[in-house]
Amino acid sequence: MLRKIRITIAVIFFICITLLFLDFTGLAHTWFKWMTKIQFLPAILALNAGVIIGLIVMTLLLGRVYCSVICPLGVMQDIFGWLGKKSKKNRYSYSHAKNVLRYIMLAIMVLAIILGVGSCVALLAPYSAYGRIAQNLFSPIWIWCNNLLAAWAEKYESYTFYTMDVWVRSWITFGIAAATLIIVGILAWRNGRTYCNTICPVGTVLGFLSKYSLFKPVIDTTKCNGCGLCARNCKAACIDSKNHRIDYSRCVACMDCIGKCHNGAISYKLGIRKEESGIEDIQGPDNSRRVFLTTTVAVGTVAVLHAQEKTVDGGLAVITDKKIPDRKTPIVPPGAIGIKHLTDHCTACQLCVAACPNGVLRPSEKLSTLMQPRSSYERGYCRPECTKCSEVCPTGAIIKIDRAEKSSIQIGHAVWVAANCVPLTDGVECGNCARHCPVGAIQMVESSNGADAPKIPVVNTEICIGCGACENLCPARPFSAIYVEGHENHRTI
Amino acid sequence: MKDTKNIDRREFLKRFGIGSAAVSAAALTGCNSRQNPVLDDQTAQGEIPTDKMTYRTNPKTSEKVSILGYGMMRLPSIDGRSAREGGNDAIDQDMVNRLVDYALEHGVNYFDTSPAYCKGQSEHATGIALSRHPRDKYFIATKLSNFAPSTWSREASLAMYRNSFKELQVDYIDYLLLHGIGMGADGPAEFKARYIDNGVLDFLLKEREAERIRNLGFSYHGDISVFDELLANHDKYKWDFVQIQLNYLDWHHAKEINPRNTDAEYLYGELEKRGIPAIIMEPLLGGRLSRVPDNIVARLKQREPERSVASWAFRFAGSKPGVLTVLSGMTFMEHLQDNLRSFCPLVPISHEDEKFLYSTADLMMQYPTIPCNDCKYCMPCPYGLDIPAILLHYNKCVNQGNVPESQQAENYREARQAFLVGYDRSVPKLRQASHCIGCNQCSPHCPQSIDIPKELHCIDNFVEHLKQGTL
Repeated sequence: MLRKIRITIAVIFFICITLLFLDFTGLAHTWFKWMTKIQFLPAILALNAGVIIGLIVMTLLLGRVYCSVICPLGVMQDIFGWLGKKSKKNRYSYSHAKNVLRYIMLAIMVLAIILGVGSCVALLAPYSAYGRIAQNLFSPIWIWCNNLLAAWAEKYESYTFYTMDVWVRSWITFGIAAATLIIVGILAWRNGRTYCNTICPVGTVLGFLSKYSLFKPVIDTTKCNGCGLCARNCKAACIDSKNHRIDYSRCVACMDCIGKCHNGAISYKLGIRKEESGIEDIQGPDNSRRVFLTTTVAVGTVAVLHAQEKTVDGGLAVITDKKIPDRKTPIVPPGAIGIKHLTDHCTACQLCVAACPNGVLRPSEKLSTLMQPRSSYERGYCRPECTKCSEVCPTGAIIKIDRAEKSSIQIGHAVWVAANCVPLTDGVECGNCARHCPVGAIQMVESSNGADAPKIPVVNTEICIGCGACENLCPARPFSAIYVEGHENHRTI
Repeated sequence: MKDTKNIDRREFLKRFGIGSAAVSAAALTGCNSRQNPVLDDQTAQGEIPTDKMTYRTNPKTSEKVSILGYGMMRLPSIDGRSAREGGNDAIDQDMVNRLVDYALEHGVNYFDTSPAYCKGQSEHATGIALSRHPRDKYFIATKLSNFAPSTWSREASLAMYRNSFKELQVDYIDYLLLHGIGMGADGPAEFKARYIDNGVLDFLLKEREAERIRNLGFSYHGDISVFDELLANHDKYKWDFVQIQLNYLDWHHAKEINPRNTDAEYLYGELEKRGIPAIIMEPLLGGRLSRVPDNIVARLKQREPERSVASWAFRFAGSKPGVLTVLSGMTFMEHLQDNLRSFCPLVPISHEDEKFLYSTADLMMQYPTIPCNDCKYCMPCPYGLDIPAILLHYNKCVNQGNVPESQQAENYREARQAFLVGYDRSVPKLRQASHCIGCNQCSPHCPQSIDIPKELHCIDNFVEHLKQGTL
């Protein structure tokens, strides 16, 4: 019964959280957003005291149910374990706790948060690891299915489904997500919750608390015949059946053992505290887990677009893809307050990247801020009506803003590049940047070529908000004639 | 927000269910009607007769020209669309051959092409298709086109003229046209530079004497002074025919739609006065007179339930006695078959019908569509836009009532979704109106004299309002 309740709630959480990363309409967020806010690390980074206290109390009361129910990476491992169980039953065995490794990982995490090494936090945070997997690996499948429906809907003149682009925001992040999935998946397939009990810093903290939890599975030694069936079914490898002991720091309260015992010797109840067996031998850390996959993006061919003379009707000019300009300061989305605030609070879960409807946000590829969101405007720009990233962020790295606030937050400023500007290179009227600037920061003025020559844009950097409309819609390709430089700290104008 | 979305999806599935039910029902009735053939040959199931085509007589040569002429500007491409659309797909020659064979078989004998059509592939494809038939079974019309000033010199013009013979695999041309006179920023000046100063018109007159050109004429768009001047010199040039834009919307409203254009009533009247046969282009306005708003469809269908909406436009043009042939750019077999039904034989419209069509045109004028006929003369846009696709999507939404005036509009949410989702479907994001820089290289090429950048900026502005929810 307890096991069934655990599985039911876990499945609900897992599906809903996954939906948050897949659904691009914003529908899932109106209902399930809170599920990301109660994740342990995001709550800590958001200094969300209520959630932290709630999770601590829950763990002290019931044990590590968080790991079995709320954490999507934990549930994902259970799914792999369940699949693995089909091929081989009763395959787990008791192992000793690798406490040194656990505490080292925890210390690294704490240090990383204090020192603001975002990439380290991002790599170790379990929820974020799952978010990356969902965004990079599951989301494309979801969108392809959606696009199939959209093609179908198009035939029936329905506007319910519409096509979305599938594109890899960052190959490094994609590689990390794939590696995480493969490694954690294999570990879970073969040995259950190895990752949670050796590497995951959240597991370590909660494990420390769950040692003292009120309710826990307890072995009734009078009924136990020492058959070891429970130990062979314990995915946390924490039941020492020979000594009738359970390592509660590693038990994730999955309730699997209760039903397995033929003699009904294990029950989940108010436990009497027992001393754990100490650390006996420590094996070498098996941290082959983080494999960095670097992939170089093939650079597209440079085909400069020139006005062609018309001799015939019809046809479409070739459009060269835009390239990312060399920004001195990266751009972070409005609501991030500044680069430092974002770096300090972000766990790189990719929820904002998944939510961005304009193809602006993508994971950073710089080592110190690895996988944290960065803005760029080759595919779209930060549209005035959109505040999605600020709405979905569970860690407070991007604080919630509304449209009015967004219109006055300066995240960067536009810079003009004369060498690319179409009025000067092609000698034609343009002004597309000025026409689309949502704050009217761009004006067209006479160039040095005189009053009859096409006008050129000038930027009032005081009122420019850095949204990138100008950069995105500039006809110059592959490099725009106007691009945005980020600001380290956002200002309100 | 969420609730409606759910309903939308449910609604969609429901509709799809109904749709598939309807399809199967249609299939069933299809079987039934085959078992019980309907005798009236006006019904969709009726066979198209091969010997009922209406012909008009060319007063100069006394040759019989079919009232339906085949326009080779919108030929099908391999990907199943018109060859002038995106991508670089070649013309579907097999399909062209089939269409041409079918047209000839049913009495069509006039084929109109140009060195510029279908990105320059039309003449070649027409030549292949027609050369499979005896030369005396068809009339070929082609043009001395003038898209680029680089083709305006005497040498380039002669080269273009001679190349047409090669591409079309013929040693004489039945109808040769000066292409689109009156177009461009300065119609008279461009006409003079293109045909007079370089002696090209004199050359063509000589070619006519040598009988390599059997009929010489011109097609007209734009500046009326060029049209008037050429007709004033009719005694000198002896125009054998003139090609004009004529349909029941332009008869009275062309000037109202765009002050630079001239009502078809005037153009036709001037030709009739001089006894010059008129060849009609844009009888259907590139499909704008078949893709009409629902209330217009109902109105036309109510009067003649078994005729297509398009047939009204063709019959209107064909009923004018001074018309030699009515051109239609038929991409698909269904276009050809529907047109053959309208013209095999032509049942001229009555005086009442004509009045009825003029009042229909008045109704249409209430819809603020953009007069784009999808001729693609503006393309390719050097900055990658798909101009006709944008304008056509806008027109479609106007006709379907999906261009809301404000957020208070009754159907605002559905209209917004239909406009924006449909926009992304019809035009790739990078080719949408937001990328129009206003260089205005397109407008001089537009036979309808549309101020293209202005319209595009207007549409873009509307899209911005829809997206930002500030309409």
